[in-house]
Amino acid sequence: MEYPITFTLNGVKRSVSVPADRYLLEQLREMGCKSVKRGCETSGCGLCTVWMDGKPVLSCTVLAVRADGHQITTLEGLQPEAKILGGYLADEGGEQCGYCAPGLMMTLLAMEREYPDRAPTEAEIRHYLEGNLCRCSGYESHIRAAVAYFQDKREVK
Amino acid sequence: MSKSYMGSRTRKKDWEALTTGQPVYTDDIAPVGCLVVKLLRSPHAHARIQSIRTDLAMKVPGVVAVYTWEDVPQERFTLAGQTYPEPSAYDRLILDREVRFVGDPVAIVAAETEEAADKALRLIKVQYELLPAVLDYHTAKDNETLIHPEENWHCLCPVGADNHRNLAASGSCEEGDVEKAFAESKWVVEETYHTKACQQAMMETFRTWCQMDAYGRLTVVSSTQIVFHVRRILSNALGIPKSRIRVVKPRIGGGFGAKQTSVSEIYPAFVTLKTGRPSKIIFSRYESQIASSPRHEMELRVKIGADEAGNLKAIEVYTLSNTGAYAEHGPTTVGLSGHKSIPLYRSEAFRFSYDVVYTNQMSAGAYRGYGATQGIFAVESAIDELAHKMGVDPAALRMQNMVRQGDRMPAYYGEISLSNTMDQCLQKVKEAIGWEEKYPRRVMPDGHIRGVGLSLDMQGSGISGVDVGSVTLRVSDDGGYTMLLGCADMGTGCDTILAQMAADMLNCPIESIAVLSGDTDASPYDSGSYASSTTYITGMACVKCCKELTGKILSYGAEMLSCQPEEVEFDGEYVFKTEDPAQKVSLREISYKAESGSGKALEATASHYSPTSPPPYMVGAAEVDIDPETGKLQVVQYEAAVDCGTVVNENLARVQAEGGILQGIGMATMEDVIYDQKGRDMSNSFMQYRLPTKEDFGKIHVQFCPSYEPSGPFGAKSIGEVVINTPSPAIANAVYNAIGIRFRELPITAEKILLALNEKDGK
Repeated sequence: MEYPITFTLNGVKRSVSVPADRYLLEQLREMGCKSVKRGCETSGCGLCTVWMDGKPVLSCTVLAVRADGHQITTLEGLQPEAKILGGYLADEGGEQCGYCAPGLMMTLLAMEREYPDRAPTEAEIRHYLEGNLCRCSGYESHIRAAVAYFQDKREVK
Repeated sequence: MSKSYMGSRTRKKDWEALTTGQPVYTDDIAPVGCLVVKLLRSPHAHARIQSIRTDLAMKVPGVVAVYTWEDVPQERFTLAGQTYPEPSAYDRLILDREVRFVGDPVAIVAAETEEAADKALRLIKVQYELLPAVLDYHTAKDNETLIHPEENWHCLCPVGADNHRNLAASGSCEEGDVEKAFAESKWVVEETYHTKACQQAMMETFRTWCQMDAYGRLTVVSSTQIVFHVRRILSNALGIPKSRIRVVKPRIGGGFGAKQTSVSEIYPAFVTLKTGRPSKIIFSRYESQIASSPRHEMELRVKIGADEAGNLKAIEVYTLSNTGAYAEHGPTTVGLSGHKSIPLYRSEAFRFSYDVVYTNQMSAGAYRGYGATQGIFAVESAIDELAHKMGVDPAALRMQNMVRQGDRMPAYYGEISLSNTMDQCLQKVKEAIGWEEKYPRRVMPDGHIRGVGLSLDMQGSGISGVDVGSVTLRVSDDGGYTMLLGCADMGTGCDTILAQMAADMLNCPIESIAVLSGDTDASPYDSGSYASSTTYITGMACVKCCKELTGKILSYGAEMLSCQPEEVEFDGEYVFKTEDPAQKVSLREISYKAESGSGKALEATASHYSPTSPPPYMVGAAEVDIDPETGKLQVVQYEAAVDCGTVVNENLARVQAEGGILQGIGMATMEDVIYDQKGRDMSNSFMQYRLPTKEDFGKIHVQFCPSYEPSGPFGAKSIGEVVINTPSPAIANAVYNAIGIRFRELPITAEKILLALNEKDGK
């Protein structure tokens, strides 16, 4: 059984027909958003993080039909920001294999929007990023990159 | 003159693609419309297939093929990515009539869609004859149930394998008079340690896609560390010549050794060869947990003796290793459990013996540390137990006995330790963790107890006398270079590190070096990225290659300047006369000249192998916090100092170390492959198999104590594997210092701690 849905993907209105049991993750990859990665299928790794109406969700456990009428954002829709933040990660060597990077970027950029007035503390960053697993880095480089990024962004403001 | 990249914090060459989410991984670039390949897996630990009905499955719309054991070649092979002749026995078929673990493939389905493939899997009807299963590896050797009774099982190397005894390998070696040394010891400890199977759990699961190219050759695009080995494995498995196969690796989402076994390639390769159509297989996380290539479970009996003054007299290690249903990496991992733990110390005599047994559990494989991790947990726990028995500071006992620069290491194949700053590493780590103030324990205001513990550590740099690395460099006609590599950057950054070396050697910006790696048609031969080999082995090939290419550039330039090569120099941009630098010709001009009316190509290829495998050394120290009410353990501080020789890229070396340490903390405290009584893997998702998160530890801090390795490129050794070994023993030792309970089995979980505390208190 397929259902017609309409949603905004990275700022562009899209209408598609989706099977009832399809998850948003597969739908987005099929629509060309290859930055959305599958890591675990059980909402346990954060790789498939996208935004629904600006809030991070795990697309491996959100049904595609749920996107109907909503705004979905993937890293493809945040390219200039991703490159700037990515530079901070690269300056620490923290991207390593890179497979978890898009989910991490989506979470960090969402966090930035939740702290409009100040840079979050290291403890707040650790807590916010807890759901983003990475097997390469040991996380310390992610934390260093995030701290530096938020500090620099606040100074610019 | 360009700047030097050695020791710099140069960004990885692929950073922008990776951090902005570009489609650069295997599944991102799979052909549209390729067949979906799925596997029906055995629900039984040991069974013989009596019959398989595939007719119903074939009727599902969209199903293109269903293959069973009757359809595949009957020559056995190994999936282990090792240099020929592989020490791992040839004990596999693509599909076998006998299934040997829960998850062993029974049938291959190829369909137009995932839904059709899933439906077909449910409609394949299999009748099994159940066989007794060997699920306790202690009972495997000489068990009446044989895992591999088949006549065409064979082993290419004399590793002590015997399929009629369930042995994938066995052997022993020694030097010195072990019995005499123990008899003369005042202090002796003898204990048994147990390390469990652990999953590499790289974020990208196993995956491969295949298609036939325009010349009728099989192209295999796969997330692999070993493109050349995969080509040979596929040739063996499919029964077609290697010349008909091309293997390419795109970006890889992590490997850690898991992808040093050809876990996923044979299935789509078989489908594409049979159907002529592109096909792909993507392992689910479930499959990656239950049918992959985890760390070998090992039980290690360690005996160490010391004289009255605390000098070690003898070390003896016996390892029983569980290789599971297939021998992959079994004979070699077990070697490291002794050969890379015993040589940490000077001792008069040593003995190392081992058995590697087949069981009806998933086949183990290569996992970062490769047996050394298990061996070092055992030996470094035993050394601590010896120190406590003697009533001395474990750090002091280590300082007194550790291997030093210039020492011959009898248990390390008699090699000499030519570059070694482990004593400085220990000193630095003691200071950083605050050993003098914190050892052995502190009771905190909240009632928690904190203890500190440490561990020495070593690994190797490549497989001595075996691993081959090669580099090809070509001058492009704009004066830049193309570097072709056969190694596999799996996130480690070796593409960047080798480009750094080339840029230093050729005196150019790193941007001038374009890298193409991991394509059997284009790359020069490389054994692949494993055994901590790439920086050390392929790095040296890079140095050699740059020297050869520089010689050609000088020779061409001299010819254009009408003089002898000895009269000119190359500054990276120009070849000029030493006597008169104004007389010069640019690399760009030289490269254009070489392309027109010239019989000489401006390119060079160099290969390298090393007769030695210089160990990187490391010391790690953990401070653990234990809540005596709940048993909860947290590593609040982890300090490490690493001697990897010259640090080539400080960022990448640091992240290797931090990442390896956290993987080690996971192994020590939470990661555990658990089977039920029927041999089913219960830790089959990230819900049951927990990985460390950002909140599971306090702080990891890494320092470097570089030595200079004379046989390495720019003095470098390796760092990829050594970094995972210290947490297990350091944490076990810290737990003992905190609560006086010795854990000889991993992982050390809250449950185990609480039960032990209750038992100690007589509850």
